[in-house]
Amino acid sequence: MRLIGKQLASKLLWVLGQVLLLPTLLMTSVQAFGASDAVVDEAQRWGLNMTEGVTAVSHEIYDLHMLIFWICVWIGVVVFGVMFYSMMMHRKSSGAVPAKFHESTAVELAWTLIPALILVLMAIPATSSLIKIYDSSEAEINIKIVGYQWKWQYEYLGEDVSFFSNLTTSQDEIYGLAPKGEHYLLEVDEPLVIPINKKVRFLITANDVLHAWWVPALAVKRDAIPGFVNDAWTIIDEPGIYRGQCAELCGKSHGFMPIVVHAMEEADYANWLAGKKDEAEELKAAMSQTFTMDELYARGEKVYQANCVACHGANGGGGLGPSLVGTGITTGPINAHINVMVNGVAGNAVMPVFGNQLNNIDLASVITFKRNAWGNNMGDQLQPVDILTFKKNQ
Amino acid sequence: MGDHGPAKGFGRWLFTTNHKDIGSMYLWFSFAMFLMGGVFALVIRAELFQPGLQLVEPEFFNQMTTMHGLVMVFGAVMPAFVGLANWMIPMMVGAPDMALPRMNNWSFWILPFAFTLLASTLLMEGGGPNFGWTFYAPLSTTYAPPSVTYFIFAVHIMGASSIMGSINIIATILNMRAPGMTLMKMPLFVWTWLITAYLLIAVMPVLAGCVTMMLMDIHFGTSFFSAAGGGDPVLFQHVFWFFGHPEVYIMILPAFGIVSAIIPTFARKPLFGYASMVYATASIAFLSFIVWAHHMFTVGMPIAGELFFMYATMLIAVPTGVKVFNWVTTMFRGSMTFETPMLFAIAFVILFTIGGFSGLMLSIAPADFQYHDTYFVVAHFHYVLVPGAVFSIFAAVYYWLPKWCGNMYDERLGKAHFWLSFVGLNLTFFPMHFVGLAGMPRRIPDYALQFADFNQVASMGAFLFGFSQVFFLFIVIKTIRGGEKATDAVWDNPEGLEWTIPSPAPYHTFTTPPPIK
Repeated sequence: MRLIGKQLASKLLWVLGQVLLLPTLLMTSVQAFGASDAVVDEAQRWGLNMTEGVTAVSHEIYDLHMLIFWICVWIGVVVFGVMFYSMMMHRKSSGAVPAKFHESTAVELAWTLIPALILVLMAIPATSSLIKIYDSSEAEINIKIVGYQWKWQYEYLGEDVSFFSNLTTSQDEIYGLAPKGEHYLLEVDEPLVIPINKKVRFLITANDVLHAWWVPALAVKRDAIPGFVNDAWTIIDEPGIYRGQCAELCGKSHGFMPIVVHAMEEADYANWLAGKKDEAEELKAAMSQTFTMDELYARGEKVYQANCVACHGANGGGGLGPSLVGTGITTGPINAHINVMVNGVAGNAVMPVFGNQLNNIDLASVITFKRNAWGNNMGDQLQPVDILTFKKNQ
Repeated sequence: MGDHGPAKGFGRWLFTTNHKDIGSMYLWFSFAMFLMGGVFALVIRAELFQPGLQLVEPEFFNQMTTMHGLVMVFGAVMPAFVGLANWMIPMMVGAPDMALPRMNNWSFWILPFAFTLLASTLLMEGGGPNFGWTFYAPLSTTYAPPSVTYFIFAVHIMGASSIMGSINIIATILNMRAPGMTLMKMPLFVWTWLITAYLLIAVMPVLAGCVTMMLMDIHFGTSFFSAAGGGDPVLFQHVFWFFGHPEVYIMILPAFGIVSAIIPTFARKPLFGYASMVYATASIAFLSFIVWAHHMFTVGMPIAGELFFMYATMLIAVPTGVKVFNWVTTMFRGSMTFETPMLFAIAFVILFTIGGFSGLMLSIAPADFQYHDTYFVVAHFHYVLVPGAVFSIFAAVYYWLPKWCGNMYDERLGKAHFWLSFVGLNLTFFPMHFVGLAGMPRRIPDYALQFADFNQVASMGAFLFGFSQVFFLFIVIKTIRGGEKATDAVWDNPEGLEWTIPSPAPYHTFTTPPPIK
């Protein structure tokens, strides 16, 4: 028995030595072929690997990923090498006579302890990365991110700047009626804007169901959970536009709520922020203005496209939500219509409470639009001040 | 007693308490579910063939991903293993039948009702379950379609069936072994099923509790999973995955047992380390209870929890490695032939190991922030479930079918089925690693343009794989209807009591216990 064990061990070692040569050959040949630019370009177009990203953390995660990957490749080469060697050499058809050996505590111990050791080696860098990722202290900018069905809201804490970010890809592109643009499904009306080289902390939560905020280039992915706030952070190295998507199934339009991050030089960011604050001031002033029917209709159509179209359809014909053409709400008393928009529908979680998602101008416009579009022709209109009065009186 | 044959007509199947009849019914049922779940998968792959929405709307797409997962897990894989257990465990331990034959009948016959109920939700107003097979709250509670109540009832029935099945298997193994069949002489398939049955008894009630809390939240005004009422949506995930992680091992441990039976037969060499295989299985089962939160690395756990679940998850690689090394060493210096069961078993070892590698990568919490909820995860679990669980079931059917029906299957056709499946599944699932790493989230009906090429390849592979399974059905039916008669041993000197009885196995076997060496 002991003799067999020795024979087995030496034979195994010889095979291992042979198969360990293989990956070296493989890697050299990959490098030789890799020199060709065309191959590299083609591989990039198909998208084979994780992005290295644009932050220190994303680089670290990429390195960790590649380290574990290569360890797995080497283990695979050894294990499959021995396997294929046996399949080639130890066939009954080529006259192989089965050996009788089995059970060896030494061998069993070795292949328990060696993998355990490799795991410890993997755990060390993984632990140190994780500790870094969890340290969200000393952030210079705090941004609250709220997931909604099916859009994101960004609120710059302490800056009085807050906006929604909606998908801008048209329904025609999605349904193949128009050619798809370069950033199909990964484009929004208002991206999240942050400065480079500053520690930005994200406070992530949700308004309805679970979502997850994920931008691969930043290696940030955190679940957005209604009623709880998660945090994550990033420091971006290079200016640019980075795109991501919601990563947690959140209902019908889960695939249609992208994330776009626009990282800018610090000065550009300051300008942008100032512009945003001015916009907020203007909006406040506009709240008391009176708009013409055409202005309301045009604005309302945009609001409809961003917020309502997913459920009520491109022409108000309905879908997940009811039809808006010639039905009770859009052609009934206007106050009931405002009520549905501001307060939602009791017992129906799918219809959002738009009172705290849209401002009064947008609410007035979108209601006006719906009452006059698609042949509803009610002829009535609302001003932002009407919404304000409604909210005050309830 | 021995000449007491099966009853005539449909009553035979409705009232049967015979483990072979019930095993066959389980296997046929699971194959029907496999085809149904497969059709759902093909709807998904057809829609994902190119960017844009062409065939189905997102609501329906979500129902397809949900139903595909539920049907494959609870309808195809689990009942197939229970069917194999019913057929093989009494024959392997030298028992005349299962310990609780009437309950055996009941645990099978409630399943068709559960799945009819589940499938009928697709026709209900508001559609079927659309919240993923993991049914995370509050999407599955406050925001769910009305049919969710039927889904909950169906899950309860499936759970009851699994628990009864497991009690039966445990009772059979512990009480019905022939004299001399000590625990450490039992075939590994029996061992792995014994451990699986304990896992099932431990976690199916947790699943039942989970869906009952959903039911209370939906209909009785409680707030287990709603923060607005003082509950916590994350609690749902903890409870679900406390069930869910052992559940994934429930779907793979019996496969380990099957492969451990097949490889020694066709390598003509005893399994290298029987005892260490038993201990490794037990270790995996134990670890399966303490790793659940690795499905929730992005949920915002405290770092201590994150580290604990990362380390515990990495540890699973050790006993799993022991198993793989044992199979490889069993093949080493054997005298191998490559009949269809062996081909499936070898593919199992290779592809399951690849699924293990991606599992190891996923266990690294920082890297998981990039992998989580992408197609990389989809690739990972399909690699352990399709060439893992499903291939082991194919291997088992080819291996034991001659014993069941007395005829040899057609080796050429079997091999063709293997190669079609092998190519199909790799074309389907290997590209998913790439699109996942490149950033494609899972469960989306439409995707950005850079993912188009690999998705096209995956869709073509899926149709190839799907149609190969219709071919499998043809092979099995052809074998049952006729063919070369199988010998009692069927293979070249295989180990186990099942090979000592005639082929086909008589309706009643081991009415007197066999002598055990």
